[in-house]
Amino acid sequence: MRTCQESFDAYFLRPLGREFGENLLPRGLEITLCDQIFLIGGGLIWNVYFAVLAILFGFFMAAGVALAKFSDNPWLHRPASGFVFFFRGSPLFIQFFFFYSAFLLLPRVGFDIPLGFVTLTIHTSALTTAQVGGLIVLILNTTAYSAELFYGALRSIPKGDLEAADAYGISGFTRFRRIIWPTMLRLAWPSYTNEAIFLTHSTTLVFLSAFPARQQSGEAFYYARYFVDQTFNPFVAYPLVGLYFVCLTLLIVGIFGLVNKRLNSHLPQAARARFRFRPQYVR
Amino acid sequence: MFAFCVEPDLLPQWQWFACYLTSGTHLAFYWSFLVVMLLLVVVAPLALGMGMLGALAVRSRFFPLSWLGKGYVNVVRGVPDIVFFLFVPIALGQGIEYVLHQINCPDWDQPIRQGNDFIVCREARFPGVNASAWARNVYAFGMAAIAFALVFGAFVANTLHGAMQAVPRAQIETAEAYGMTRGQSFRRVVLPQMWVYAIPGLSNIWQILIKATPLLFLLGIQDAVFWARELGGAKTSLYTYPHPDWRVWYFLVLLVFYLFLTWISERAFGRLSDGLSRGQATAAGERQRRAAA
Repeated sequence: MRTCQESFDAYFLRPLGREFGENLLPRGLEITLCDQIFLIGGGLIWNVYFAVLAILFGFFMAAGVALAKFSDNPWLHRPASGFVFFFRGSPLFIQFFFFYSAFLLLPRVGFDIPLGFVTLTIHTSALTTAQVGGLIVLILNTTAYSAELFYGALRSIPKGDLEAADAYGISGFTRFRRIIWPTMLRLAWPSYTNEAIFLTHSTTLVFLSAFPARQQSGEAFYYARYFVDQTFNPFVAYPLVGLYFVCLTLLIVGIFGLVNKRLNSHLPQAARARFRFRPQYVR
Repeated sequence: MFAFCVEPDLLPQWQWFACYLTSGTHLAFYWSFLVVMLLLVVVAPLALGMGMLGALAVRSRFFPLSWLGKGYVNVVRGVPDIVFFLFVPIALGQGIEYVLHQINCPDWDQPIRQGNDFIVCREARFPGVNASAWARNVYAFGMAAIAFALVFGAFVANTLHGAMQAVPRAQIETAEAYGMTRGQSFRRVVLPQMWVYAIPGLSNIWQILIKATPLLFLLGIQDAVFWARELGGAKTSLYTYPHPDWRVWYFLVLLVFYLFLTWISERAFGRLSDGLSRGQATAAGERQRRAAA
């Protein structure tokens, strides 16, 4: 039997790859409770990696898509609406399959784009890994969902605010930066917090099917499934992974709550938008 | 399927495709779309029923019952659903076998969990040792339906509870003033009116339910995802219909299928919501009244 310290040394960083711990995962009867706690806990590294990067990129892209969808120009409005419809109307699970098999069809070596003075080489092999390809799918998906939230917020910016900006002679980019942008964020923030939570929870889907877990390095739920397959006992690993996710959720609520406070800091206490936990996990 | 399909290698392009797309495995692929629809049709009323029970439990004035309802709603909603989808069928399966084991083999002296094995006596196996493949499929599908109903029941319970609270308080007070009991005012006033408040939430849950159906694949059911992977993968010349990796096209078909399903249900819910708003004391109801007048 391993001690807990040994389990920690062998498996906590194992999700990063073989170099960071034991070569093989614990198997069969030698699985201890500490193995499960540390390996699943270590897997959270990847959940945090996917969630943080997807939210970071998705946030700015979503703002762009929302503005395009809100625009009167059909050349901006149409593609933006189509993008949002495509990613919100189909299951993320199938999007992973679709993009994975599409990435597989790209030429292995990558292709060259001659730019005249320099040739840009795009390496496509990375796209078939979860760490790059899966992340791209997650970014596109959260972009669509957040864009819809931001679009709704744009539509409900109070008319008076915009008229006041006009009266003060604020226009163009200044009007956007000072009036539209902060108000949009403030209005969308409570639901955007929920979106961040759903996204974090849907990082569990990355390794479930299409994208392979190279060297058995996966995220927390991947290991939970592994343990259940090995021990045929769902009453340890699944509650454990559920508990970890409750902690992650509380962390997100905390961080986003601080931002919400800052966005609302000019408003009287009673008029502030409040976050309500409304999870809709499946996407 | 067609008479000319005997030697597919020699056929011209269109006939080859006609034969390919009507082969036995492809018919199973088309059938699996019906399985998805069947799951939706089975789960929707189950989840609605679970949700109604949950919402009534939350509202209950009997303290343990309301505590139970709140626990159900919050625990299921607070943990990623995928954990439940995989947890419920296996936990329920082991639970059923455990109970059957206690009933059928009371004098069994060995522990049920030995190391990593879950061992029950022969009579307690469920589905039975001699069960047909068909019975096993029905069992797997039933387990999946129960898991879906449990998870979505919690979502529905939350929405219905909110909708019951949203019925204007004055109406319930009026009902009480007429001497109706709590049960009567619930049946005659709250129940008929709550749906207009529940529809936006229910429509949302329905969309989520549609998008959750591909997870059936993880429960070992031969659904559309299974067949798309199976049929799309590259086939060597050992097969009757050799082709390169076509998975991307199969998944494109799946994406279009789901987009169509969500699009059509969005429209259906829009019409339903219009119908329910008729004569209601809401902004939409008022707009309909003005348009008619």
